[in-house]
Amino acid sequence: MEYIFIVISAVLVNNVVLAQFLGICPFLGVSGKINTSLGMGIAVMFVMSLANLATYLIQHFILEAFHIEFMQTITFIFVIAFLVQVVEIILKKVVPPLYQALGIYLPLITTNCAVLGTALLAVQKDYNLLMSVVYAASIAVGFTLALVLLAGIREQLNLTDVPKGVKGFPISLITAGLLALAFMGFSGIVK
Amino acid sequence: MAKKLASTLPNMILSLTFIAMVMSAALTFVYLKTRGPIEEAAKNKEVNAIKQVSPVFDNDPTVEARTFDGLTLYPVKSQNESLGYAVKTYTEKGFAGHIELMAGFRNDGSIVNITVLDHKETPGLGTKMTESKFINQFIGKNPGSFMLKVKKDGGQVDAITAATISSRAFCDALQRAYEGLNKVNDSLKVQP
Amino acid sequence: MNMGNLKFFTNGLIKENPTFVFVLGACPTLAVTTAAINGLGMGAATTFVLVFSNLIIALLKNYIPDKVRIAAFIVVIATFVTIVDLVMKAYTPDLYKALGIFIPLIVVNCIILGRAEAFAQRNKVWPAVLDGLGMGLGFTLAITLLASVREILGNGTIFNYPLVGENASTILVFILPPGAFVTYGLLIAVFNRLKLKLNI
Repeated sequence: MEYIFIVISAVLVNNVVLAQFLGICPFLGVSGKINTSLGMGIAVMFVMSLANLATYLIQHFILEAFHIEFMQTITFIFVIAFLVQVVEIILKKVVPPLYQALGIYLPLITTNCAVLGTALLAVQKDYNLLMSVVYAASIAVGFTLALVLLAGIREQLNLTDVPKGVKGFPISLITAGLLALAFMGFSGIVK
Repeated sequence: MAKKLASTLPNMILSLTFIAMVMSAALTFVYLKTRGPIEEAAKNKEVNAIKQVSPVFDNDPTVEARTFDGLTLYPVKSQNESLGYAVKTYTEKGFAGHIELMAGFRNDGSIVNITVLDHKETPGLGTKMTESKFINQFIGKNPGSFMLKVKKDGGQVDAITAATISSRAFCDALQRAYEGLNKVNDSLKVQP
Repeated sequence: MNMGNLKFFTNGLIKENPTFVFVLGACPTLAVTTAAINGLGMGAATTFVLVFSNLIIALLKNYIPDKVRIAAFIVVIATFVTIVDLVMKAYTPDLYKALGIFIPLIVVNCIILGRAEAFAQRNKVWPAVLDGLGMGLGFTLAITLLASVREILGNGTIFNYPLVGENASTILVFILPPGAFVTYGLLIAVFNRLKLKLNI
C-alpha cells in the first residue's frame, strides 16, 4: 500500500517538474519533440534509480557511519557524475543500440538537478532501500510524463501563429503553467 | 602565462587529489566553526517556541523534557511552581502530510497559545493556520469541553476557508497533545 | 578599475542576464520565488558561490588538466555550496528552512558550472570575480523581481509587508506552481520587448 502511495504521489500529485520544479532545464531544453523526450525520460529513469541505490548505500554506510553528513552534497554529486560516466561506458560496450539511442542525453543528466534532488529528498524522507529506488523510478516516470505532454503541445504550437514577443521560452513556460494547473487537480488524492 | 598542465594520468590524479584535499580541509574548518551555532539555533528555536506558548517561566524546559508516542512534553515552571506544559505535537493528516505544532497548556488543561513549527501546506491557503486570526479561537479554551473538530464535522472550530483539511489536521495534532498531557497527569496522580 | 573591467561586471546584469536571456538556473528561479525575501536569499547564496568558485577556478586554471576539469570544477563548487549550507543553517535558520532542498541544489545550477567553463577558466582572477559578481547580481535581481510580482499578486504582501486589507482576497494561483511558470514566461516576454525597444 505504501508503495502505491509513493508511486501515485511522485507521478501525479507531486510531479517532479510541475510541482517541485526539479529538472526544469531538460524540461525546457529537450521537450521539442515527443521522441527525444521519451529518450531523455528513459535515460533519466535508468540513472536516477541507480543513483538512488548508490546514494542510499553511501548515506547509510559511509556518511552516517563516520558522522560526516555535512559532506553529503559533495559526495552525492560526485557519485552521480561518476555513475553517468560508468553507465555511458558500459552501454557503449554492452548494448550499442541502446547507447546510440540514449548516448546524447547521458552527459546532460549530470547537471539535471532532478537526479541530485531526488537522492536528497529520499534521504530526507527516511525511505528504506527499496522505497528509495521505487521513489526514484516513479519520479522519473513523472518527469517523462511531463516532458512528453509538453513536447506534444509544443509540436502543435509550432504550427500556430504565436505573437512574436512570447515565441520560444515564454510560450513554453506559459504552456507549462497551464499543465501545472491541470496537475493541481490531482492534489489531495494521496496525503 | 604559465603553460597548462598536460592531461597525463599522474597529473590528473595529483591535481584532483590536491584540490579535493584543500577543499575538504576548508569544508571541515567551516563545519567545526558552525557546529556550535547550528545546535544553538536549533535549541533557540525550541525555547522560543515554548516561550511563545507559555506564561512567563524561569526554568530550562528542555532539560526536563519527556518524550513518548512521538510527543515531547516540556514542563514549564516559575520558582519551582508548575505552570503547565508546552507540548510538541504532530499530525500526518495535513494536506501535504506532516505538520508540527507547539501547544502550551495550563495545569487545568486550558490552552495558553499555539505556534506552528513545521508544515508544507499550500501557500496562501493552509498556511493561514500559522496566523493569529485562526489560532486565537483556541486561546483559553479547554479541549475537555471545547470540541476540537471543525464545525463541518460537528465540532466548535471555525475552519480556514478553502483549507478544511489543514484545519482538521491542526485539530488532530492539538487533540493528540491534549491526550498526551492527560496521560502524563494521570500517571502523576497514580504515583504521587 | 578601468572601463574594460567594468564591462565584465555589467555584462551579466542585462545583456547576458542568466535568468531572462539564457534561462539558466530555472529550477530555483521557479521554486523559491513564492516570497521576495526567499528570492533575495537564494540570489545572495548563489552569488556567493559564483564569485568564490570563479575566483578559485581562475587561480587554479593552469594546474587543472583539461580532461578532469569538470570534476575539479564540481568539487570546488560543491565545497562552496556546502559552506553556504552550513553558514545559513547556523545564522539564518528560517531562511534555510524556506529554501530547503534548493540550497544543496545550487551545485547543479547551470549558471555556476556554465560560468566556470565559459569564463573563469579562460580569464584572469579579477575579471573572473567581476563576472561572478555581475552574473550573481543579475540572477538575484531577476529572481527577486519574479518573487516580488508573485508575492504581491498572490499574497498581497511585499517582503512580508501587507499591501491590502486582511480580508481582501488575492490571486492565489500566483504563489502556486502554475503561477511560477506563467509569471516567469511573461517576465521574459516583457524583458525581450524592452531590450528590443531600448536597443541594449
